[in-house]
Amino acid sequence: MEIADRVPQVLRDNVLITSIDGLFKWARSNSLWPLTSGLSCCAIEMMCTAAARFDLARFGYEVFRNSPRQADLFLVAGTLTWKMAPPLKRLYEQMPEPKYVIAMGSCANAGGPFADAYSVVPGIDKIIPVDVYIPGCPPRPEALIDGMLKLKEKIRHPENVQKVQK
Amino acid sequence: MTEAVSKVIRTEEYQLSMGPVHPSTHGVLQILLTLDGERVVKAVPCMGYLHRGIEKLMESRNYFQCMPYTDRLDYVSAMNNDFAYCRAVEKLAQLEVPERAQYIRVIMAELNRIASHMIFIGSLAVDVGATTGMIYPFRDRECILDIFNELCGARMTYSYIRIGGVKSDLSVKVIDMINVFLKNLSAMIDEYNDLLTGNEIFQHRLKNTSVITAEQALQLGLTGPMLRASGVNYDLRKDNAYSSYEDFIFDVPLGNSGDNWDRYIVRMKEMRQSAKIVKQALDGLPEGSVMAKVPKVLRPPKGEVYVTTEGPRGEVGYHIISDGTVKPYRVHIRRPSLINLQALDLMCRGYLVGDVVVAMSTIDPILGEVDC
Repeated sequence: MEIADRVPQVLRDNVLITSIDGLFKWARSNSLWPLTSGLSCCAIEMMCTAAARFDLARFGYEVFRNSPRQADLFLVAGTLTWKMAPPLKRLYEQMPEPKYVIAMGSCANAGGPFADAYSVVPGIDKIIPVDVYIPGCPPRPEALIDGMLKLKEKIRHPENVQKVQK
Repeated sequence: MTEAVSKVIRTEEYQLSMGPVHPSTHGVLQILLTLDGERVVKAVPCMGYLHRGIEKLMESRNYFQCMPYTDRLDYVSAMNNDFAYCRAVEKLAQLEVPERAQYIRVIMAELNRIASHMIFIGSLAVDVGATTGMIYPFRDRECILDIFNELCGARMTYSYIRIGGVKSDLSVKVIDMINVFLKNLSAMIDEYNDLLTGNEIFQHRLKNTSVITAEQALQLGLTGPMLRASGVNYDLRKDNAYSSYEDFIFDVPLGNSGDNWDRYIVRMKEMRQSAKIVKQALDGLPEGSVMAKVPKVLRPPKGEVYVTTEGPRGEVGYHIISDGTVKPYRVHIRRPSLINLQALDLMCRGYLVGDVVVAMSTIDPILGEVDC
């Protein structure tokens, strides 16, 4: 017998049957708590996204945390240098599971215009795993919102995501 | 009483590391604080977390390809940086910029100065705990970004000011947008005054903290609003007028005590003066072309120049050495944020830990510019 069939007739309209996994995915994808980790230029666009016009709160992602222990989304916005790489990795390790990473901007994706500089990490995926890459230098706030919605898709339907061959 | 107690009780100094990831260090700056209880004994800024080697990268690019790097140096006032770089190259290559382009450059530089000061107000507000104070300037800054977006299609990194002039002429729509913005600006600033300036807690946090005297400011080599807040009347737009700044009537706002409050007020007043300059420039916009005749391959003659421009944070200087090829032999950039940041130790000594945050905020450093 199906579980749904065991629900008494009077409660049919009030009870939803789902898997615990589905419930977690739904909750996680609708309320990501980003860690404020602005590194450079993209951080200003990140602030704009959270501010009045673009209003990230519409999607439930506005709770920017200053402590990695309270965050589950690592929004790396800006150029990562080799000097900054150890603290960044440490921040990532301090975040509780499950955790997601968005690489915002060309610098975080692949070093951007500074890729051939002696002090710049050519892409944060050399240091930490990345879920969503957002191109742009800097990406517009709309692009950041789109990236976060892509991440939402990924959390809800991980089976639809294809692995990028690098 | 506290003095009597401190003579009896021996306290120990301890170290606290603030940053590199901290909400009020404006990026990736680490401050090593030596504390005695709540009092700051020493504050040492530890830089380099955003060192991208821009000066070195410029040596391997030609003069036109250097433009994107100047955009990303001080990323909240990219126009001012482009302006400074272009003026240096133009002097090196002896190019004459048409008057219309000079006026357009002034308009854009001043609009960007207002946008930059809006970020200052927003981040200062959020640093002292007034989150609402951040939302309003960021909302109004979007109006300026809209103008730039219409002008060149970018919100932050413009490359609109080019070597020899500007990329394109102003369209009617842009001029309309600027006029609408200027009309609304006064109300916007009044709103910030209502929100922040009149707030008693805000005044208590800012007044009589982190005082820099005029003498100390000059010794440290401070420039821009930080120097003027200490009462020194030094503004390159007046004292070494460039790009037709001599045509415009405006005041240089000065502070008298050199505390955090003065640095805030000076920037607030500067916004109104910038608007005044934009208005005059728009009204008196001369006719003509917006681009000088610039060779496709630019080979400036051998030599070196140092050209300074007044940016929102102070004197932006470019020292370029040319060896006669298409690439600069060496570029050194005098970044006002870096030099103003030296005052941090002086501003924090003897004050409380909470004042470090406010001091950092009123220096208004951009870490991209500090680390270069």
